[in-house]
Amino acid sequence: MKKQVTLWQDYFKGIWEINPAFKQILGTCPTLAVTATVENGIAMALATTFVLTFSSFIISLMRKLIPSQVRIASYIVVIATFVTIVDLVMKAQFPELSKSLGPFIPLIVVNCIILGRAEAFASKNGPLRSVLDALGNGTGFLIALVALSAIRELFGSRSVLGLQILPDTFEPMIVMILPAGAFITYGLLLGFSNTLAERKKRIAQEELVRKYKPVQKAGSEEIISQEA
Amino acid sequence: MELFIIFISAAVVNNFVLAYFLGICPFIGVSNKLSSASSMGMATTFVMVLTAIVSYLLYNFILVPFGLEFLQIPSFILVIASLVQFVEMVIKKISQPLYRALGIFLPLITTNCAILGLALFISMRDYNFIESVIFGVGAGAGFTLALVIMAGIREELELADVPKGFRGAPITLITAGILALAFMGFAGMI
Repeated sequence: MKKQVTLWQDYFKGIWEINPAFKQILGTCPTLAVTATVENGIAMALATTFVLTFSSFIISLMRKLIPSQVRIASYIVVIATFVTIVDLVMKAQFPELSKSLGPFIPLIVVNCIILGRAEAFASKNGPLRSVLDALGNGTGFLIALVALSAIRELFGSRSVLGLQILPDTFEPMIVMILPAGAFITYGLLLGFSNTLAERKKRIAQEELVRKYKPVQKAGSEEIISQEA
Repeated sequence: MELFIIFISAAVVNNFVLAYFLGICPFIGVSNKLSSASSMGMATTFVMVLTAIVSYLLYNFILVPFGLEFLQIPSFILVIASLVQFVEMVIKKISQPLYRALGIFLPLITTNCAILGLALFISMRDYNFIESVIFGVGAGAGFTLALVIMAGIREELELADVPKGFRGAPITLITAGILALAFMGFAGMI
């Protein structure tokens, strides 16, 4: 096994490098649907992280027991169990929150982030790493949802987490709370994060080229002198 | 009249993709080409109608009488998965051309949240049998409509000069936002 990755990296990569919402573009349905207010966004991200962590842990423990032909079905059953737990707990403890999130708590079952991490990571790695990976992805998802919902709530209802931030003279942009605003805000954020990543890559590449150019020149001159 | 309202509501006013954000993954993934978009739409509509029927029967005749409502999520997802598998086998036996047209898209439908969302909405809103079926047809029609419109726009977008970072998913999402704005115009219909 060529496992050079530290545990910290397993956790940290989910936050930016493979951020579920911005890099993998997974779990778009809840990302768009529940981000009208920051409160809903945080609740959704925490619920998803809970399901993700526990199902990754269980799947990773059972990865050698599950025959690969029926693995997807088995993963779904494990995930559905935890989603049911979350759904019932939310209904009992936070009835209002559960109502405002509507069918999106049960729909965590088909959230591709969870199945994606189960398939790509938990089925190949040990429990500790799987839990860290799940927590990292959950944190990344939380950051993405908070960013998106903060922008939408700020411009849509002048407040963040219910606290008014913009003055009354600011006319709220109703469109930001509506579905259209979700699509546009997510699209813009995704576009900017792609542009940023692209720029970083270009700069790294240019640096690499600059580093190697003198060596190449020296080499070619050598050849010329040899030929002469 | 009631049924007509359910149909219109599911198809355009509360469009599954543009108002409820269900089924965004195939909406972004499969809307590159018109032909594949319409195949995907057809396959999804087909499964949606079947899901509406089966989940209605399952919920009202098995889960409720035995007090098993808490098993709703796992049972729905398992039923949908086996239903999709079953549909795939039946289509393969009955019609080869249709199987070839829908083939790749059928397995993808299992993880389409629009299908599970449909089943959950039916049990949440207490639709009767006929209403459930109409709701399924309407939701499928709305999904197909959104997917086909998006594919049409994206075929034109290929020619547009989009900034590099915005190509692909970001510009699709922004376009979808504008499309959602247009669909808001239907809101006054009900």
